[in-house]
Amino acid sequence: MSEAPPVATRGLVKRYGELLAVDHVDLTVERADVFGYLGPNGAGKTTSLRMMLGLIRPTEGSVQLFGRDPLRDGARALAGVAGFVEGPAFYPYLSGRRNLRLLADYDDGDSRSRIEEVLELVELRDRAKDRVGGYSHGMRQRLGIAAALLRRPRLLLLDEPTTGLDPAGMRDMRDLVRRLAGDGITVLLSSHLLGEVEELCNRVAIIQKGRVVYQGALRELLAGAASGYRLRSPEPGRARAVCLAQAGVEHVTSVDGEVRFQADEESVGVLSIALGQARIAVTALVPETASLEELFLDLTEGKVAAA
Amino acid sequence: MSAIAKVYRWEVAKLLAQKRTYLGLGAAMLVPLVFVIVLVLQTGGPNDVPLGRYIRDTGLAVPFVVLFFMSIWGFPLITALVAGDIVAAESHNSTLKTILTRSRERGEVFAGKVLASFSYTLVVVVAMGIVGLVAGSIAWGFHPLTSLSGTKVSAPHGLGLLAASLGIYVLPLVGIAAFGVLLSTVTRNSAASVVGTLMWALLMQLLGVLPGTEPIRPYLLGTQFEAWHGFLRVPADWAPVIRALWVCALYIALPVFAAYLVFLRRDVAAE
Repeated sequence: MSEAPPVATRGLVKRYGELLAVDHVDLTVERADVFGYLGPNGAGKTTSLRMMLGLIRPTEGSVQLFGRDPLRDGARALAGVAGFVEGPAFYPYLSGRRNLRLLADYDDGDSRSRIEEVLELVELRDRAKDRVGGYSHGMRQRLGIAAALLRRPRLLLLDEPTTGLDPAGMRDMRDLVRRLAGDGITVLLSSHLLGEVEELCNRVAIIQKGRVVYQGALRELLAGAASGYRLRSPEPGRARAVCLAQAGVEHVTSVDGEVRFQADEESVGVLSIALGQARIAVTALVPETASLEELFLDLTEGKVAAA
Repeated sequence: MSAIAKVYRWEVAKLLAQKRTYLGLGAAMLVPLVFVIVLVLQTGGPNDVPLGRYIRDTGLAVPFVVLFFMSIWGFPLITALVAGDIVAAESHNSTLKTILTRSRERGEVFAGKVLASFSYTLVVVVAMGIVGLVAGSIAWGFHPLTSLSGTKVSAPHGLGLLAASLGIYVLPLVGIAAFGVLLSTVTRNSAASVVGTLMWALLMQLLGVLPGTEPIRPYLLGTQFEAWHGFLRVPADWAPVIRALWVCALYIALPVFAAYLVFLRRDVAAE
């Protein structure tokens, strides 16, 4: 049981009448991952998260959290798991602190003794006695993180945690997630903000219309994308001719006085020697890596084959 | 403290933090008070209702007379206000997902909610009884009570009969609360649940007075509001009391069980 991954979904399907919200999703989140669950609005991210937390029943397939199925094992499957979907929700007529006390009593373990600590961590201690009904969106998000941390989670599921926050709030939230991940907590972060995922996550799954179109390491996704190079030289014509003659250098074009081509790193090294031997000056030889945004758009618009 | 007790305690705390709770409780306490004040200020009386003609003899008679008037829609409305909201409010605030992703099982959460709504029903009836008794005793004294059989019972004995009567009177109200919990769970809409529960309670009352319903009348929920008459007879007539016990048990158990099944299986999605 201890070796089971924090999250493993197999063939997860959720159907609402004719609408297939989640379509055979297989996700595996490994320990210590900061896993980005990316997709446009309405792609099925939140529905997937709800199924993971046992809030809705899958039409087909299964969810296992550390080897336990929330449907079969009930609340026991959520031991060590915390988070929120579609924004944290609290009782507006209770204070922030009383909301946390309530949730601590709904927890097993020592949650109650951690209330002040987590309020301090999310910088809400000064407002903890105020009713949540008067909290700003950002404060509620932070209280949501505090509520999750009460449980000493090993897995945090966060659904769009920075949505609706101002730039400073977004920065603080990302810093907090980074710090939690640094403490060894596995994080599953759903987002449609690519910069956020690129900044925080080591692995990603990209979901489009309920289907996962890519799952793997973010680094591999970026590196595996068709990468090109830009070559600048005072003699672009001659440089282009050398490129064309070089094995492993492909798709050579001239754009705005630059030579552009695709090649792997080894071929680029050989090309640089060839250019030197041909006494062609090089003022720039720059790799061009596709951004996550480009890859995301390619994947979600179906231009790239599914991984 | 057991898991259900913890949930129950917080359900009570949540009720205490909401205005609607005090609205119902306040109404339950205000009605006997207004009743006594009006009767002190004028000479007529509710002579057609059980114990109505003895209301100025002793403060003990006041709660019994108010029970009659409140059973028509007063207590059903107060009960529906809380029971109809107890699950639906969580849907409205989207807090069901918050509490169902902690360590408590759905069944435990449900049990805490049901117990809290039933407790509220008991509290409002007892509060009415106490206010009616105190206000009536201040106005007319704490004297022996004339039973429905026309015999006098001592004031302490009358107090015991009042406690027993309030206890049996709570049961059909809990039946209404159970129906409110069911609507609250199924509709996820507080207003619809409150109105639906009240309509159901009124329908039960209506069926009880329509001609041709005599064969089913003993088994209607509304009829059980009169079960306390059995305690006020000398000797006590246990038949309506025993019937109220099992009839109300059915009216409570069936909706609660149905609501429980729905609550266990429901999808907690965006409302």
